[in-house]
Amino acid sequence: MNLNYLNFEQPIAILEGKIEELQLVGTDNDLNISDEIERLREKSVKLTEGIYSNLSPWQVVQVARHPQRPYTADYIPRLFDDWDELHGDRHFGDDKAIIAGIGRLDGRSVMVIGEEKGRSVKDKVYRNFGMPKPEGYRKALRLMEMAERFKLPVLTLIDTPGAYPGIDSEERGISESIAQNLAVMSRLRTPIICTVIGEGSSGGALAIGVGDHLNMLQYSTYFVISPEGCANIIWKTVDKAPLAAEAMGVTSTILEELGIIDETIEEPLGGAHRDMDAMAAKLKERLSAQLDELTSQDIDSLLAKRYQRLMSYGNPA
Amino acid sequence: MSWLEKIVPSSVRSADGTRNSKVPEGLWKKCTKCDAVLYRPELEKYLDVCPKCDHHMRIGARRRLDIFLDKDGREELATDVLPVDRLKFKDVKKYKDRITTAQKTTGEKEALIAMKGTLKGLPIVSSAFEFAFHGGSMGYAVGERFTRAAQVALEERIPYVCFSATGGARMQEALISLMQMAKTSAVIERMKMEGIPFVSIMTDPVYGGVSASLALLGDINAAEPGARAGFAGPAIIEQTIRQKLPKGFQRSEFLLEHGAIDLIIHRKEMRDRVASLLAKLTNQPAP
Repeated sequence: MNLNYLNFEQPIAILEGKIEELQLVGTDNDLNISDEIERLREKSVKLTEGIYSNLSPWQVVQVARHPQRPYTADYIPRLFDDWDELHGDRHFGDDKAIIAGIGRLDGRSVMVIGEEKGRSVKDKVYRNFGMPKPEGYRKALRLMEMAERFKLPVLTLIDTPGAYPGIDSEERGISESIAQNLAVMSRLRTPIICTVIGEGSSGGALAIGVGDHLNMLQYSTYFVISPEGCANIIWKTVDKAPLAAEAMGVTSTILEELGIIDETIEEPLGGAHRDMDAMAAKLKERLSAQLDELTSQDIDSLLAKRYQRLMSYGNPA
Repeated sequence: MSWLEKIVPSSVRSADGTRNSKVPEGLWKKCTKCDAVLYRPELEKYLDVCPKCDHHMRIGARRRLDIFLDKDGREELATDVLPVDRLKFKDVKKYKDRITTAQKTTGEKEALIAMKGTLKGLPIVSSAFEFAFHGGSMGYAVGERFTRAAQVALEERIPYVCFSATGGARMQEALISLMQMAKTSAVIERMKMEGIPFVSIMTDPVYGGVSASLALLGDINAAEPGARAGFAGPAIIEQTIRQKLPKGFQRSEFLLEHGAIDLIIHRKEMRDRVASLLAKLTNQPAP
């Protein structure tokens, strides 16, 4: 079993393993071997296309949580020039689960707020596995209000297993910090674009997820409770998480149908982690186009549209 | 049952700490906290607060509004807003069937009831969560009813008082439920911009998505004594941090101590205190 591949990707892993082996053997320019490699490569692409064209919601959740999936820290240098990270909520501390700062996207100044899970074990602990505490959401709020003052568009990158459920979180008012962001984002006088890049889990995701244009990467996921949490409540076991994922409709396809998100951004074959640069380039292109569109609109009509859309959530079709 | 379980008193035995209070329905009711056997008509006179230990027992939404608003001039709002099953959600049961069951057992159509009326003569809008309806959870209909009530408050420029009692966002409506958090928060923000008071009263229990939206956004946040409120439930927190939680964690007294709420209001003083607060906020003579 190759750990760089998910369970359902193991047939691809086997093929890729064969290709690697042949490459090692084929140093003497043997034509037959390179033909064989070429043939296996095509087969691998076809296999990947086949598997990825028919992912179950639970499989999408796994891709969204893939250990090699690009995180906020991977996107920032690929999307923005002239980057300055800004720290702290000015009240309590600096939450490492949220990276925020100002940079330029194709020359235009933007405020960026993203949740960061951390890659290595050490980094994950440093980032609290991407689970923000109140000070994280309050840092985000402070910088969004600053963006409003300086008329900078706000771009958020959502990727969290949820707001941190701990004693200190509760003591410092995690609920209030999330609620406050929802309230303020509904009327912030600057365009806001939110993108779910990996896992959008519940209130911890929504707390930086209210805006004018909502994107999801193709294999990202967005839910009100994790499939495991849902399965635990209903079936009393996390083993039924795949069923819960199915029932809740956690993929961009369904959420676009429900009118909750605006756009699905296509990922490279086999998921964003297969080609981080291509993914970032694609995302950059879309964000740039969306910014052109939103900044060309009158801010009052943009806010009216944002509000109407919020009011319409769930209205029977 | 093992011999060990047998010798443990039944009140200690139940795993979740809630005591077995199965007294035959009728004239008597056992206090869910101190086990005192109470005469129902007397208990009602005390607004379902135990006269022995002052425990505030859970009450339904309709009764909540009934003991809060003035008797005359009530009008129920948004009754045409009904549950919608957009996802055709099904687990071991169909969501549709769960709704039907909840409607039958509570006699309500959804987990939030909203009314226009007066409080000691002050015109207000008020709503209450029905915890017995699907755990008072917020899906489309709850969010929409809350929002419509707020819109009435906005149009008529009168205060809005909401009593929450809920487990959080409703799982069976998935992201639609999550978005009700954004929706209700947005309409409250609109009230703030317009200078219309919003008072949030937390009653046992208030958790999850409702806590992380409308319940904590009051101009004034208050709670009944001993009510539990928080973002994550105690079980989830214990699982995450692998520690026992301190005594009184997430109770209203804890919330007051940590600055989340302005005050704790006893049920018997609810009408007077809220009316007095609203009159001062809106610069009107004492009611």
